[in-house]
Amino acid sequence: MEATTDFYQLIDALKADSANSLGLFMPELTLSVFIALFLAVRLITSKLDMFWVALAGAVVALISSNPLQLCEGVLQSEELFTGLLVHDGLTVAIRSILMLFLLLFLIFTKISGVPDKEDGADVYSLVFGSTLGMCLMASANHLLIVFLAIEMASVPSYVLAGLIKGRKRGSEAALKYAIYGAGAAGVMLYGISLLVGLTGTAHLPTVALSLAKVIPAAGLGEQAVLCLAAVMISVGIAFKLSAVPFHFWAPDVFHGACAEVNAFLSVASKAAALALLLRLAVGLGSVPLINEIEVPQTKEVQSETVLSEIVTAQMVALEGDKGDVDSAGQIDSSADDRNQEAVVAYDSPIELKQAQDEALTPVRNFISLLIAFFAVLTATFGNLAAYGQKNIKRLLAYSTIAHAGYMMMAVAPLMVMLGTNNNAAEDAASALIQYIVVYVFLNLGAFAIIAFLRNYVGSEEIEDYSGMVKNRPVLVICLALIFFSLVGLPPLSGFLGKFAIFASLADGYTTTGSSVLLILLLAGGMNTAISLFYYLRVIKTMVMGEPNEEHHLGDRPVGNIEMAYVILVTIPTVFLIVCWQWVAGFADEAVKNFIS
Amino acid sequence: MLLIISLIVFLPTLGALVIAFMPSKKDENGVNDKENQNLLLGATLVVGILTFLLTVVAFLFVGESKFSVEVASMQHAFSVDWIPSFDIAYAMGIDGISFPLILLTTGVSILAILASWSIKKHVKAYCILFLLLETGMIGVFLALDFFLFYVFWEVMLLPMYFLIGIWGGPRREYAAIKFFLYTLLGSVLMLIAILMIYFNSDLRLLDTAIRSDLINQNVISASVAETVANATEPVHTFNLVALAELAQTTDCFSAELQWWCFLLLFIGFIVKVPSIPVHTWLPDAHVEAPTPISMILAGVLLKLGGYGIIRICYPICPAGGLELSYLVVGLGVVSMVYGAFAALAQTDFKRVVAYSSVSHMGYVVVGFGVWTMLGNGDYWRMGITGAMYQMIGHGISSAGMFFMVGIIYDRVHHRNLDEFGGLYGLMPKYTALAMGLFFAGLGLPGLCGFIGEVLVVLSVWRFSPLLAIISASVVIFTAGYILWTIQRVYLGSEYKGPHAEEIRPVNSREFSTGAILLALAIFFGVFPNTLIKFMDKTVDKQVTSLNEWRLVYEDDLAQAEQTEEADQLAPEQDDDSDQLEQAHSEDETVGMVKHLGVVLINKLADQ
Repeated sequence: MEATTDFYQLIDALKADSANSLGLFMPELTLSVFIALFLAVRLITSKLDMFWVALAGAVVALISSNPLQLCEGVLQSEELFTGLLVHDGLTVAIRSILMLFLLLFLIFTKISGVPDKEDGADVYSLVFGSTLGMCLMASANHLLIVFLAIEMASVPSYVLAGLIKGRKRGSEAALKYAIYGAGAAGVMLYGISLLVGLTGTAHLPTVALSLAKVIPAAGLGEQAVLCLAAVMISVGIAFKLSAVPFHFWAPDVFHGACAEVNAFLSVASKAAALALLLRLAVGLGSVPLINEIEVPQTKEVQSETVLSEIVTAQMVALEGDKGDVDSAGQIDSSADDRNQEAVVAYDSPIELKQAQDEALTPVRNFISLLIAFFAVLTATFGNLAAYGQKNIKRLLAYSTIAHAGYMMMAVAPLMVMLGTNNNAAEDAASALIQYIVVYVFLNLGAFAIIAFLRNYVGSEEIEDYSGMVKNRPVLVICLALIFFSLVGLPPLSGFLGKFAIFASLADGYTTTGSSVLLILLLAGGMNTAISLFYYLRVIKTMVMGEPNEEHHLGDRPVGNIEMAYVILVTIPTVFLIVCWQWVAGFADEAVKNFIS
Repeated sequence: MLLIISLIVFLPTLGALVIAFMPSKKDENGVNDKENQNLLLGATLVVGILTFLLTVVAFLFVGESKFSVEVASMQHAFSVDWIPSFDIAYAMGIDGISFPLILLTTGVSILAILASWSIKKHVKAYCILFLLLETGMIGVFLALDFFLFYVFWEVMLLPMYFLIGIWGGPRREYAAIKFFLYTLLGSVLMLIAILMIYFNSDLRLLDTAIRSDLINQNVISASVAETVANATEPVHTFNLVALAELAQTTDCFSAELQWWCFLLLFIGFIVKVPSIPVHTWLPDAHVEAPTPISMILAGVLLKLGGYGIIRICYPICPAGGLELSYLVVGLGVVSMVYGAFAALAQTDFKRVVAYSSVSHMGYVVVGFGVWTMLGNGDYWRMGITGAMYQMIGHGISSAGMFFMVGIIYDRVHHRNLDEFGGLYGLMPKYTALAMGLFFAGLGLPGLCGFIGEVLVVLSVWRFSPLLAIISASVVIFTAGYILWTIQRVYLGSEYKGPHAEEIRPVNSREFSTGAILLALAIFFGVFPNTLIKFMDKTVDKQVTSLNEWRLVYEDDLAQAEQTEEADQLAPEQDDDSDQLEQAHSEDETVGMVKHLGVVLINKLADQ
């Protein structure tokens, strides 16, 4: 009898959970519906320009992701689909950014004419599919979903890279991308399996709980395996972020693919990967407050039992640690005796959480070191390698790499301050979101201008842009503003993003005295200065070079619509400083409950 | 006040917006036709004059917004919350240090626009960039928020880069990027220091009386005050006045932090001044820049560095300033000597003037740096007043000198000193103006250069007699290169260079611009008090409060030393003291390195 009741309870719980989850999963569902629509509509009529369907899809997805709910009040963190996904401010924020980008991106592709009417359905379904994967990356709460989401976002990108058929360079880029991607994914999966093997679960909060138990008692072997797992997982994310030394695909793919695809890869893909980095780093580096997890009734019964078991064991282990650190072996044997004591010792969940967070300090330090290492390397290498580039898309590929480095920097102070100073840690996460918001407009604008100039000049070599200011002053002025913003010069928006990240580094350094953060701060500053050269070189060629009449061979003139679009995406770059509090407030709200 | 001050800052930007919608008639080489050029530059001139008039009328004549020479602290300040997430406010105000410099900026801008009729190509873009530059310059002097200050500081970079890079001489691109890179490097260091200061600040520690003073002056807004009253965590601030009070009345900035931040900020500022060893962008930028931009560069931009030192470095990092005072004065003196010698060696007319700027701005650094308590602080007061005066004086004389070089360059298209001569006979009015302005640069008594130099050199005596002797001797070298230049260019029997046929007397626009500059140079040379009365009270207040701080600081140091000695006499037996000792010895190493640096600099300066 009892087994049956349990079974029905489980079914009911699952039903309630799914119903609730599906409601919060609307943007993703919208994307899925429209992917099906793209494929279905083509069967019925071939006359309809698929762009309008896609546009409608993006608008609906943007509305259903409802960024305004961030302003309405604090969003509680909620687990969806029995803990596979998590829905909180960060999910909403990243999803909204992605959908807004998708909307702007679709308009951009329509104006620039790539893809044409025939390819429309294919390309839009790929773009929507990839975006769906990115949304999942932003809300992943389970290592399996992490892997699936990355693959879901990547596989359509491989195809997109080879979008223009019959172009050798494009096909080569697509192949390279796919092979690199497959390799990185394999390594990451191996890392995940190591971690899961050691902790016995793939549900991120439970992994953290389990780690808090494992770490204090871990021997050298276990520590080595854990480090290996972390490094391997970071390979997968580094690939998505094009972090050095896993960046080799980026310049080739950016060079081979068309500017439209580059815009998609460099903005959406980066934003999602950074959100995932945040999720993983914070998910592994801190444990959630237990009573908060158990409150939703939709919680899967089994997982609940697992959790509470671990919590109890955890309390025991920690209590043992408090008493005597060296005798880890003894604790296990005397666990039963101490059980009662332990529960008394940690009667408040907050206290327990603090003790567990403390046990996770090595994890946080390791992650922050790992990320700091990648960040410095990525920013410095990206900026230095951009010097020699002659092709504008390659140059921007390296610039994208460098910016991934800057953005990763924000995670290091976050991890250092997590657990000890959660407000400041939230500020660091908020700084990252602010940078992402800025960055969306910057790179979209840059690639839009490149695409329009390609249509006009028929070339993507920097030297062919010589003297462009005389023919297309508006485009050149906008590109100059965007590039100076990428350097980080006030009053342009890029400065504010950098300022926020540098501020969290400085905050981390003053509160913890960690010299790693000081090095990051100095490296960030120096990189800002040296990045000036290559951006300036492009502007200098366009503004001060002599015009080269021969090269104006493009088939599509730069008309008013193009200019209007470029001005539209450049406006935030120039004027965000006036109302920066909106961006800062948005980001602050997004991460409010991110760190419990 | 918010409206008036914001209008002064952003009037040039509004003007630039209007000009952006004006027609631009260019031929295929980008040369504007005469009428169009007159229209665009005329509009720019109107904007420049309006800005100047607004400043003068608002601060000197209208009762409500009048600048009071009796008030030492910030006047007409306002503060509006701008980015509360980072405690950033839109805060501005004037005091005796910034007010003369604002007048200088708006004034020199008008003269530079008057000198801009030599710009023939892409006039519209030129006008827009020029006006944006003016907004940046005025904004830096008015900003009371460190973040706002930094934004305006950087806003100047882009227009300046393009102004040099598009309208400059043959090596313009090199010069422009060199200028850009030097300043950017300096300002990145500055940004790091800003963040360090920001995160160590805590408004709660500020004495209630001081805090309510700041609120009464509108330097910090009421909402910030409310936050402070209810705060349980540190309340950081970017407010320059509040930071200065924090540094001088509380101990939230440790001596080590102040030392590092002073150094970082000082490097950022001396790039702009410029002082040895980061001056090398200046000769290139000056030589390649078009005449009006050289005037702005020498007349206003260099002063921003000096302003930063006196407004930010010393008040916010006094401990750093005290410990590094020999570095500051030493660098200043070396710049003076080096600039003068380098000027002697040049054959390019504009380079001579450029190096004279390095030399003259050395006085400014020295004047700010001679921090001695002797004479009740009178010597430092004298040094700062002299340095301030030198900034204004040099703003007038160097702008004039560059304008004079520009006039002759427009005619004969070369600047080779060996190929001039005899201009006295060909262009008598011009030569008279030029001699007057060059003598002002030389520091002849009765002209504006004299007052600043003499005050600074006098103040150095009590700081270090040796440095004083060196800096006094610079006057001789200065006389040397200026007289020699005058001799080679204006005197002699005949003109020896090319394009002799194009030499024609100055036109009325050129004459009036030069005459205004010369008149100002004479006026400020004869009536120094018209200027000094504006800054006197503020300088006095700053010196007094910094000296008060220094007394306390040195007392603390002496006490710490005493306890240290006592500790050494009775060594502790505690087991825990191991760590303490280790930390202590680290402190000592840092101290020793610092001490070594100071000694080294002294040695260098002595040699």
